[in-house]
Amino acid sequence: MKIIVSASGEGLEAQVDPRFGRAAGFVLFDTQTREARNIDNRQSLNAAQGAGIQAAEAVSRLGAECLITGHCGPKAYRTLQAAGIRVYTGAAGTVGEAIAALEQGRLALAEAADVQGHW
Amino acid sequence: MTVAVASGKGGTGKTTVAVNLALSLEEPVELLDCDVEEPNAHLFLQPRWISTRTVSVPVPQVDERLCTACGACGSACRFHAIVSLKTQPLVFPELCHGCGACVLACPAGAIREVPREVGVVERGRRGEIRFVHGRLKVGEAMSGPLIRAVRSEAGQSPITLIDAPPGTSCPVVAAVRGSDFVLLVTEPTPFGLNDLRLAVEMVRTLGLPFGVVINRSDIGNDAVRRYCASEAVPLLIEIPEDRRVAEAYSRGQAAVTVLPQLRAVFRELYDRLLSVVCSPGQRPVPAGRS
Repeated sequence: MKIIVSASGEGLEAQVDPRFGRAAGFVLFDTQTREARNIDNRQSLNAAQGAGIQAAEAVSRLGAECLITGHCGPKAYRTLQAAGIRVYTGAAGTVGEAIAALEQGRLALAEAADVQGHW
Repeated sequence: MTVAVASGKGGTGKTTVAVNLALSLEEPVELLDCDVEEPNAHLFLQPRWISTRTVSVPVPQVDERLCTACGACGSACRFHAIVSLKTQPLVFPELCHGCGACVLACPAGAIREVPREVGVVERGRRGEIRFVHGRLKVGEAMSGPLIRAVRSEAGQSPITLIDAPPGTSCPVVAAVRGSDFVLLVTEPTPFGLNDLRLAVEMVRTLGLPFGVVINRSDIGNDAVRRYCASEAVPLLIEIPEDRRVAEAYSRGQAAVTVLPQLRAVFRELYDRLLSVVCSPGQRPVPAGRS
């Protein structure tokens, strides 16, 4: 399973970026190979609008099944839902800690967007 | 001739200049308030309203029976207003610019356009002045199409004045593009200068002739004047601070209706901008500090 985490830096030691669409970047983690890959998010970060939708499209193309982030707005949530990606919001700490929390079943699945657009 | 009144900074006096210029000219004039997010020129002009029309943007509607989930529509949309992740497309109407690219891209003919109302255009008149403005629906972010609808109302008077929104972003470009001259209203403060520089960059990028009006010219410092001199930007006129203007403003009255002697100032402004438009390369005499 591939897990993608919004990250303010690179690798598992980076802090979770609370933003999704305008996150500094992402870390894509493969639970089988235990490998982490850094994903650039500059294109969405600098988008005038639709950053969340664009980031959700990118996450979908990467084949992620789960997203861990701090907050997720309505347009991003709708797009992630359509792509069949499970969304976990409210994450904090490092990317590695967030992945461990998910694997241990300590993260709750988000059933809706938890913030308004442009929060 | 079309003259747009713009400024980088908000609250420098765009509407004051546009309305008072309209009221000071002897020629028939039309005033178009293109600040559709918060139009206010009508408060000072107090026109008699004549007619209203709604303005819509075409947005895609997908026929799910025909859609093959090929993703072509999503690839065609640069605004992410239609998204297809090899699924039935998601449409985000509030992001749609109404360009129709998705309709052209769809090989199955599954997309048609339906109108989405973004605001209204209202027309009115005060004496010889024809007035038009746009009112964007509350919560709507897409002001460009409504601004273009207001602009399309121009052309019935020899002089068209456009009151632009503040800033230097897409709505301002939509309001000033294609005009014959841009009046950049500023105040002689560090904030005024900072935003004036941005506005000058914008009008230079658009290739439009322009000149500067310094409003409340006896406050602040000399930095705006020095900037205009060093950048060879025509400084058309300076309007000194006057408490009576502010008092009239607070009552919703145009300055020239309270201080008729100001009409001469605005007429002089018009003459000077004409001299810039009519003889390119020739700089007008900078206004002295009065």
